[in-house]
Order: sequence, then C-alpha cells, then structure tokens
Amino acid sequence: MSTPTTKTASLPLAQLTPEMAKLQEKFGADALVAAPYDGLLLNDPAKLLDVARYCRDELDYNMLANATAVDYAKEGYIEVVHQMQRVPGGGSPITLKVRVPRGDAVAPTEPIPSLVSVYPGAEFQEREAYDMYGLHFQNHPDLRRILTWDGFNGHPLRKDWKEPFFEEEYKPFGSRWPDGGNVMRVEEHNPYGKNVQYPPGWLPTGDEYDVETDVYLGLSYSRDTTPGLKTDRVTVNLGPQHPSTHGVFRMVVTLDGETVVDLKPVMGYLHRNHEQIGERNTFNMNMPYTDRLDYLSSMSNNLGYAITIEKLFDLTVPERAEWIRILMVELTRICNHLWALGFLLNDLGALQTPMLYFYLERELILDFFESTAGARLLCNYMRFGGLAYDLPDDVRGTETLKFLEELIYNRLPKVLDQGDDLITGNEIVRARAIGVGILTPEDAIALSTAGPLLRASGVPYDIRRAEPYSYYEHLDFDVAVRYNGDIYDRYLIRMDEMRQSLRILEQVLPHLRRTAGGPIISGKPEYAFRAPRTGASYGRVENPKGELGYYVTAKRRGGNPERYHVRAPSFINLTALGPMSRGHKIADVVAILGSIDIVLGEVDR
Amino acid sequence: MYGLGIVKGMGVVLRHFVQSYVDDLKWAGKGGRYYNEEALMVRQGPMGQGIKTVFYPEEKLPMPERFRFVPFLVTDDPPPGQRWGHDWCTSCGICAKACPPQCIWIERGKQPNGRPKPEPEKFFIDIDICMNCGYCAEFCPFDAIKMDHDYELASYDRRTAHIHDKERLSKPLSYWREIAPKKAEAEDLARQMAEAAKTKKKDKDGEAREARLAEVVTRQLYYQGARY
Repeated sequence: MSTPTTKTASLPLAQLTPEMAKLQEKFGADALVAAPYDGLLLNDPAKLLDVARYCRDELDYNMLANATAVDYAKEGYIEVVHQMQRVPGGGSPITLKVRVPRGDAVAPTEPIPSLVSVYPGAEFQEREAYDMYGLHFQNHPDLRRILTWDGFNGHPLRKDWKEPFFEEEYKPFGSRWPDGGNVMRVEEHNPYGKNVQYPPGWLPTGDEYDVETDVYLGLSYSRDTTPGLKTDRVTVNLGPQHPSTHGVFRMVVTLDGETVVDLKPVMGYLHRNHEQIGERNTFNMNMPYTDRLDYLSSMSNNLGYAITIEKLFDLTVPERAEWIRILMVELTRICNHLWALGFLLNDLGALQTPMLYFYLERELILDFFESTAGARLLCNYMRFGGLAYDLPDDVRGTETLKFLEELIYNRLPKVLDQGDDLITGNEIVRARAIGVGILTPEDAIALSTAGPLLRASGVPYDIRRAEPYSYYEHLDFDVAVRYNGDIYDRYLIRMDEMRQSLRILEQVLPHLRRTAGGPIISGKPEYAFRAPRTGASYGRVENPKGELGYYVTAKRRGGNPERYHVRAPSFINLTALGPMSRGHKIADVVAILGSIDIVLGEVDR
Repeated sequence: MYGLGIVKGMGVVLRHFVQSYVDDLKWAGKGGRYYNEEALMVRQGPMGQGIKTVFYPEEKLPMPERFRFVPFLVTDDPPPGQRWGHDWCTSCGICAKACPPQCIWIERGKQPNGRPKPEPEKFFIDIDICMNCGYCAEFCPFDAIKMDHDYELASYDRRTAHIHDKERLSKPLSYWREIAPKKAEAEDLARQMAEAAKTKKKDKDGEAREARLAEVVTRQLYYQGARY
C-alpha cells in the first residue's frame, strides 16, 4: 500500500527522545520518521504490529495509553495516533502515527492492522475510532460501532460529516449577532422524524430482532451436552435502565445458571459527540463542556483541559493559581471517592446508609465549590493560564480558610474513620468483596486500565508521580497501592487515596495563606484565544477515575481546535469489565461494575 | 470475633440516630431547629451536626454571590412612573460570541441613518440551551449582563416560555446590588477608577482627585484579593 504523500517538509518535526531514536534505529530511518510536532510516523502500516511488539517487549512501553485518529480531509488521509507508556515507570508516552487514505465519507477505509493482539486495551478505543472515522482495523475481534447505533449513517468525526441541523463549521455562529432578531430553537431546524439518515439498505422498520443480533454475535453460546439435567445458556440484558448500572448502560450477559460465561458492555445511550462539539467550539468554549464529561469531578476535567491548552499555547500559571488548582482537584478526588464508595456499597446491598453518611461531608465540599466557582457540580472554574476567581471571603458564613481547616483537619478525617468503622470490618462486605472480580497486574496493564482500578491490582502508577504536572513534584504524598486486585482492594484503595489527598491538602493550606492576594491568572482574561502555532498537545492528569487525557491539535491563528479527543478513563476501564466478570455470579457483576466507578457522561461522551 | 464488624457498624448508625435528636434539643429553646434562619445557617455550616435536610420550599438555602443561573440584563433603576431604565448593554456582541451553546441572540439597534446604535433592539436568551457557565457575565466589558440567582423558572409550556426576550431579561441595577452586594460594589469602584483615569488629563486641581484616586486604589486592592 502506498503512503499518502504530504508537504510536511515545512512543518517543524518532533524532537526524538532516546527511546524514539532506538525505535528508529531498529526499524530504519525510512520506515519510521519524525512526525510533525510530536511522535514518530510509521510509513508502512503493515509494520505496525512489529513496531508495537518491539515497543512493548523491548522498550517496556507496555501500556497503550490512548488510541485515536485525526482526519486530515484536505490532505486526504486519516492519521491513527497511538500513545504508549511505561507502567510502572514513568515519563512521557511515545506517540506512534500511521496514515491511511480516507476514502469517501461513508465507506470504511483501507484496512490497517489492529493492535488488540499486542495491547488488548485497544479493543474499545479501536472500536471508537472505527465508529467515528470508519477505520477498518484488521483482525479486530469485534469491530462494531460502539458509541453510535447500527442505524447511524456515516462517521461523525470526519470533517465532511455534517449533523442534521448543521449551521456553520465553527462557532460563534453569524446568525446570533448583529442581526439575531430571528431567534429560533434548534428543534425547529430539526423536526422530529426528519432528522435521521440511515445507511443505504438499512430499514428502520425492519425486523427489530435482526437489528440487535450482532450485539449477541460476540457472545459465546452453546448447548449444554453434559449428561444429566439439560440446561441452556441464557443471554440476559442488564440495563440500559437499571439502577445498578449507574446511568444508562447495558451489559449483555451470557449465563450458565447464575454464573457469568461472557459479558459485553453496550454503551452510547448518552452519546452526544462531545468531540465533534469540541471541534466546532472555540478553545475557551470547551471549558464548560469538559465539566459534563465526568460530572462528579468537573474541577479535574477543567484542569486536564487547561493543562493541555497551556502546553499548546505556552502559557504560564501564577503560583497562587497552581495552589488553588491542587486544592480544588484534591477536594474533587475526595468528593468523587466518597460518591463512588457510597454507590459501591449501594450495589453490594447496603442501601443508602453509608452513601448518605458520606454525603454529609461531600455537601460541605460542594458548598465550598459553589461559593468559589458559582456552581456545585459543573464548576467551569479553570481558565487558560489561571483561574476564573480567587477564593471567596467566606463560605456559608464562615471565613474561607477557617472553613477549609475545619473540613481538612476535622470533618474529612472523621468521615474516613467512620467509614472504616462502618464498612472495612463488616463481615458481609468482606464476604461479598474479597476475592471477587480479580484483575491481575498483567491484565490491568494489558487492558489499559488506569486510576484506582490499576493501583488496586498492585501497579503503583499515578500520573501525579509518573509525569508530574502543576506542583505535584513539590508535594509529599504516597502513591496508594494494593495488591489483591479484588473489589475489596478497590474499596480500600479509594480510602487510602482520600487519606493521601488529605495529606496533600494539609500541605497546600499554608501556601494559600502565603500567596493571598497574588495574581490568579497570567495575562488578561480572554474569550477568543488564537493558537500561536500549529501543533498538537497531549495533556493528561490523574483524575479520580484514572488517567484523563486530552489530545488537541490546532492550526496557527486558528480559534478552534482541529482535533479534540478525550481519553476518558471510565470508558477505557470498562474494557476490563468482561474479563473480570467471567466466572462470577450475576450478583457480583453489579458489584464489579460498581468497583470500577464509571460515570456515563464520560463513557458515552 | 465474627460479627464484630457488623456490631461496630451498627454503633455508627446508632450514633447518627442519636445525634439527629441531640441538635433538636439544643435548638429547642431558640426557636427550633427547622424553619429558623439562624439554625439553618449553623446546620449547613462546617460545624453542622445531625440531619442536614433543608425543607424546600419553606426553607431555602442562601445563595453565595457567585452562584450563577440564567443571565439577566442590567438596566438603570427606572425613573419614577416608568417600568424600564436605560439599558447598559451596548450590543457589542461579546457575550454572543463567547457563549458556548450559542444561546444568546442580539439584534443591534440602528440609527435613522442606518448606522449602528450602541443599544440592543432585541435580545433573546434561549434558557433551554443555556448551560449557566457564566462566560457572558465574565467577559462583558460594560457589566451589562449578570448571572441571576432566580432558579425557579419552571413553566407549563416550554415552546413559548423558554426564550426570554429583553423585557423578561431586564432587571434594574438595584436588584443586582441586592443579590451580589460585594461584587456590585467592587464593580462600582472599578468603573470609578476607569472614570478617574479618563478625567486625569483634564483635571487640574490635583489634591482632592489624588486623594479620591488613592482611596479607590486601596479599596480596589482589597477587593482584588476576593475578586468578586
């Protein structure tokens, strides 16, 4: 297959790290060239598997952090971007790019090798790339749409795909000002029943059962031939509307009696194409949208996006802003884990009691967020180069720092101790949780899991230490790690992490006092940022749920991101759900899902 | 011993159970724990113990100044006998350009000779798609659009009631001073400072102006810490 040629000569090429140089040496400087801006470009897609295998086995880049694609419509190719990282270990990931001709808008592209055989964690990410770009991954075990449904026409992230109520390529739309008198609601542009296109030959009125069959194809189904009582395997749908799924999420489970033989997650019920919206938006407009990804930890989402764009724009952040950011993010972590544990216990059958006890303190944190940022959940608090507001004078009538002291030194440690009393020793919880849903460290790495799920399996990997951002390298804390990889350890590790967060918060408080009155944003607040240079940036933070990464590319002087990809930890952690659940009882599946801690806003994007 | 963990957990539940009554006794002589502004603040504060529930709508949580909900337009306080004051909005369109879901629609006013007039002819906000991010208020250079505290916007017909026009959106400055006193004061000071900087060249007798400016600067600095 010929490689599409482009005029990349004029663009600045990536700086090679020693590992990248090694890789280039091994495969030859013709096959692997430095790509523009970042990473290595592999000229021959057929060699992708060899390169990946070498990365994994020889260079020890054993986890696929992120796999996505970028559409270069004008140049006529789609670039598949892989980011590999070393776990445990650290440093920045290696970026590996491959190009395929893009073909027309609807049909899949020419085949490129799937990385699932080398990095099983690529499974969902490649399915997403197939769904969004029509990339044909060869030898992928289950190449189906994942976020959109089977009756969806086209591949929505391609640059020539237009939504049914398409108004303009980029925001702000011209119709709003100065002649915005003809106000119209979007649904008037987009009448119900006339806003859908189906793929050619696909009938919405067809046999509904046929439409669904391919969901079940991936599941193993066989007739029981053992002598004795004749039993069949049964396929059961858990969800999409089920309280244990934490939202609209569906698990298709094949059961042998009550034992799970196979499990496939089905998602996308909350899909809104966050990434496509993000590419229409200006850089600044994306900030409140990131709140809506993992809506339980919007502050951390803000931080990840801010860091990515600051990398791209070369912005600096004032000291006080950095301390407040850490304060917010660590409070968010506690907030999120309190919620996650409350729901995990809910799933185990401890209905409401532990959850509500945890919420008393979570309320206080949310009150603090509300006083500072103006909203409890969807904070929209960070800006490029700093923050929107300084800390307020008072929270619920108490001076802010006094409030924080009371929270950090008194209320939060107490609620953790109380949680220990209530749950940690509880025999029912231990019986339900210990030894259930085991994920071995090897599997955890191979399946690209991140966050508490990875660390509970004995892999001490935390972005705050592996590739420190903000002031984390100056802070004294331990990366919490547990070694059994079962539900109980995933519960314990969240308790550990909250205690470590409290340690960090205690160190942050004096800095807040010291820097009081200092600037909180570098430069003037701006609403229309323009990218100072063409480039790409992958920024990542340790979100409460795992590694949250943003991959943003921009054109020089452009006001909008050309590509805006979110590496959502909940989504990729779900890759491990099937392997973890196999062999357990159906009631345990609910608890296993609860212990992954997903938020559907982020899974479905 | 097996079962000890459960007993311990029951102890926690018992403590919570007792605690929810202890606070009732504490407030019994002071007007009761519920339907009592003072008790509500303590209950919701960092020292609050026991039950945290707020009995909405009889009780309402006070909103912090920065609380943000669907924006409104600031006008001058209306002159006696009239309903609307002068719009602060100059229809510059920055809010419409900064708005992430693009829910602000502005028609700029026109003078008789066809040139633009710094005043909106029409101003709409589609509250169905407003995401309450606060960008419009944050970036408005004229303090003319602010985030409201009125969150009770339920209506019976979303088709007719959810696009707010200028009349519905406009609220006088005194309302803004009422819901966000500190922030409004800081903005007043900032405007005074800008005004003072403008008149600097014209003003000859320095001393009174210098003193005034110095005061403004100090108070401004005080507020910068809080940046309302």
